[in-house]
Amino acid sequence: MSTTTPGKLLASFQVNGEEHEVAFAPHETLLEVLRERVGLTGTKHGCELGECGACAVIVDGEPVLSCLLLGLECEGRQIETIEGVQRGSELHPLQACLADLGGSQCGYCTPGVIMTAKALLERCPEPSRGEIEEALSGNLCRCTGYLQIFESVELAAAQLREEGQS
Amino acid sequence: MSEPQDAAAQAAQAQAAQEQAASDLAKVSPPNGGAWNVVGKPRRRVDARAKVTGKTLFADDLVRPNMLWCRLLRSPFPFARIRSIDTSAAEAMPGVKLVLTGADTPVTYGILPVSQDEHPLAQELVRHVGDPVAAVIASSEEQAQAACEAIQVDYEVLTTISSAEQAIRTPEPQIHAYAQEGNTHKRVALQFGDVDQSLEDAAHVFEDVFFYEGNTHLPIEQHASLAEVDKDGNLALHSSTQTPHYVHRAISRALELEPHKVRVIATPNGGGFGGKSDPFNHEIVVCKAALVLGRPIKICLNREEVFYCHRGRHPVLMRFRTGVDAEGKIVGMDLETLLDGGAFGSYGVASTFYTGALQTVTYQVPRYRFRGCRAFTNKPACGPKRGHGTVQPRFGQEIQLDKIAVALNKSPADLRLNMLVEPNSLTANYLTVGTIGLRECIEKVLEGSRYRERWGNLPEGRGLGLACSSYLCGAGLPIYWNKLPHSGVQLRIDRMGAVTAFCGATEIGQGSDDVLANLVAEVLGIDPSDIHLRTGATDITPIDLGSYSSRVTLMMGNAAIEAAQRARAMIAEGVARKLDVPKGRLVFSGRRVFDVEDPEVGMSFREAVVEGEALHGTLGTTGSYTPPRSPARFRGGGVGPSPAYSYSASVVEVEVDPTTGWLAVDKIWIAHDIGRSLNPTLVRGQVEGSVYMGLGEALMEESVFRRLPAKRSPAAVHKFPSLLEYKSPTSLDMPEIVTYLIEEPDPKGPFGAKEVGQGPLLPIMPAVANAVYDAVGVRIHENPITPEKILSALEAKRKGKEPRYGPTSFPEIDWPEPFVVTPPWEGGDGSAGNAPQRKRAATKEVYR
Repeated sequence: MSTTTPGKLLASFQVNGEEHEVAFAPHETLLEVLRERVGLTGTKHGCELGECGACAVIVDGEPVLSCLLLGLECEGRQIETIEGVQRGSELHPLQACLADLGGSQCGYCTPGVIMTAKALLERCPEPSRGEIEEALSGNLCRCTGYLQIFESVELAAAQLREEGQS
Repeated sequence: MSEPQDAAAQAAQAQAAQEQAASDLAKVSPPNGGAWNVVGKPRRRVDARAKVTGKTLFADDLVRPNMLWCRLLRSPFPFARIRSIDTSAAEAMPGVKLVLTGADTPVTYGILPVSQDEHPLAQELVRHVGDPVAAVIASSEEQAQAACEAIQVDYEVLTTISSAEQAIRTPEPQIHAYAQEGNTHKRVALQFGDVDQSLEDAAHVFEDVFFYEGNTHLPIEQHASLAEVDKDGNLALHSSTQTPHYVHRAISRALELEPHKVRVIATPNGGGFGGKSDPFNHEIVVCKAALVLGRPIKICLNREEVFYCHRGRHPVLMRFRTGVDAEGKIVGMDLETLLDGGAFGSYGVASTFYTGALQTVTYQVPRYRFRGCRAFTNKPACGPKRGHGTVQPRFGQEIQLDKIAVALNKSPADLRLNMLVEPNSLTANYLTVGTIGLRECIEKVLEGSRYRERWGNLPEGRGLGLACSSYLCGAGLPIYWNKLPHSGVQLRIDRMGAVTAFCGATEIGQGSDDVLANLVAEVLGIDPSDIHLRTGATDITPIDLGSYSSRVTLMMGNAAIEAAQRARAMIAEGVARKLDVPKGRLVFSGRRVFDVEDPEVGMSFREAVVEGEALHGTLGTTGSYTPPRSPARFRGGGVGPSPAYSYSASVVEVEVDPTTGWLAVDKIWIAHDIGRSLNPTLVRGQVEGSVYMGLGEALMEESVFRRLPAKRSPAAVHKFPSLLEYKSPTSLDMPEIVTYLIEEPDPKGPFGAKEVGQGPLLPIMPAVANAVYDAVGVRIHENPITPEKILSALEAKRKGKEPRYGPTSFPEIDWPEPFVVTPPWEGGDGSAGNAPQRKRAATKEVYR
């Protein structure tokens, strides 16, 4: 990490497998770096205090709230955002299932839900309903009442397991 | 009525009825003959792909070259007079381009023509904590914030008015000079028939007082706006708003601009629920700054500021006096409501009338009096939240019915089923009910929950509660008087087979874009994903009044069908000419147009469009919708009428721990009278989302204010202006929900559809309260229903006192003489005998 203009840092991140070199102030959160410096606005914010889960991304395989992590803590780490989930022109099963089963209404919490669920399914390919509820308990959704989200995650998990077998 | 009719007139009447029935049937039947193309099939919504990929651009995702940031300095006091503002230090701060104060934005605005009481930046008074006083525009958000903190404001702190009860007995200091009296914003009184006589003659009269605490929408997206002056010198505002047309009007007014030089683009809303239905000060401020500086200006509110925008559920105190006959049927109802409106008018006059509007559309109420009072207080303004104004009295009414049933030793279900409103009838307050699927809704949830066997028979600590409700399918009148359509849709169709639908309706997550695509696709026989949509932009889309009052599906939907039918007819003429098939035999389905008698004879939709364009020239059609005129002709009769009403019933099962008062909701059965389900995936989501939000209100959500230490003035400040402390249900709090959709198509709705976004919320809170009674025998007359309240009621029960928690009295209010309207069955004509008829187009700035 090097210092550029006074008060700013220059650091490089691996975002969705691509190297990004960005200058930012030391107090900037990963959320701010992603949205305002890298220009990836798919990651959302609802509170900037770690309360809503809208800003969830995956860092080194773990779901984290990007509003609670400083950008400078992430240098050299692997960051995965909603922009990296799609497979070329095809949707990832989590995306397709949320779209098909009503798991996304206004869509604002959706990127955070998908990133949290993706980290869950990578760790636990066949989660119970209780495990899904637990994993998503930090992602507030005001539209759906959650049930269609749970069903979407369950169907996506089944599809991913099938993919794994084939 | 009494005139004898001759045979010819009778025959003509019979024929008219027959024609009406045929026309009604046609309206709810597939437009392409036998089967539905799209309607009724569960399907991925058209905007889902963008949402799950993070490509939906919400307002704060918009970035412009050369863009500046805005922050607002907000009042730390609930009520104060601004003695002076010194912005000189802020102006000298790094990066600062502009500082605005009230002197720069002197013109008022507000959503209702009768409540133009807001300033973009405060003038003489600040009226609640969070009321904006100044704005700073700077190169970065941080610079703008730092400069806000350098502004010196000298305040003279005034006595805080913190509750409706305090407001009505404390005329000074006055929050708004235009208030009806002191700090009473508005008092209204309506009477339908001789209620006092009915109550006197009733076998039993039940009097109950209830309180419904305020709560807020809590959309996950914080309000954001970006204003810019475009290359042609016109002002453009991109904003997370549910009502771009009304914001357009407010900006034109507040900044004194020619309306056609302004455009408002509603970005997809990251949740609205009513909280983004008002024009907001920050929207006008960024527009003003963009005009001054000529550069794009963005603002995104932080979560605390969203709590200060509010416009949430009004806290309402209410008293019901309900007279019933020996069988428990209502003979008369007298309702008083007292609303804590907060610091501004907002939709409040409408909210006040709404607290009295819908008591009559579920159960027969032969005589009815409603008196409502809204007070100004020094708290963020209340307004419309999902169920707007009807939620609070529904809570009271449904609990009281439960009490009546118990007192008369009847089943709460039968009590209700015995007095349901008849289909195609007028209510005492002249609301026109069309289809009513409430009986089926009730039967469904009774059956699913085995209520008849289990209610009253479950072990101590476990209970079932039933409640019902109704909601509008769109307000029958616009916010401002006019004779214009409420929704317009335009279609353009070209030789490439491309269909673009334009409509001012606003996607707030409820699926309005999907409804538009669904209906156009149904008529034209193509897939909803084939249609390009342009919505919610006042420069390119025909006006739709906005996403409020559950109006979009019905109003935009009917406009969309009209536009699509016109396009279909033009294309069909071209195809008929080409194929030499009568156009009446053509079917549009599966992206083809073909002869119903020989499906092989036909062509692709794109080829069909070419034939249409060849015959008619460039293809473009419009459709529009204006609601039917209400038979109500009295002042105040403008709130409540709707083209159709949806109905819901719910049974909630709870478990209550009698030692701690802890309340757990185990399962919810909900039935909703949707008319017709256009996309069942979305409809289910709206039902479950409503139930979820209702459950949050029932169990935990409340906007609570606390007193500051006396040395800072005994002012009231918001106790929980954060997502963490304002409790809302998480994924771990959701019970199982069993949803039933009752589909009895209503000819007023598009292919029979009614609303679903708000209605299913309404029965949840009273059903929870009624279930608590079944579980532990106590009545909770105050929402939310918390363990503390249950415990307090259980304590009262143990001591032999009334087993109840909640308010016990309703304050004396100096009610005006009510407008007296004779109910339809007593020979009334919808007008008030003692008041002038409602005037239309009363204001001069009608079209502004």
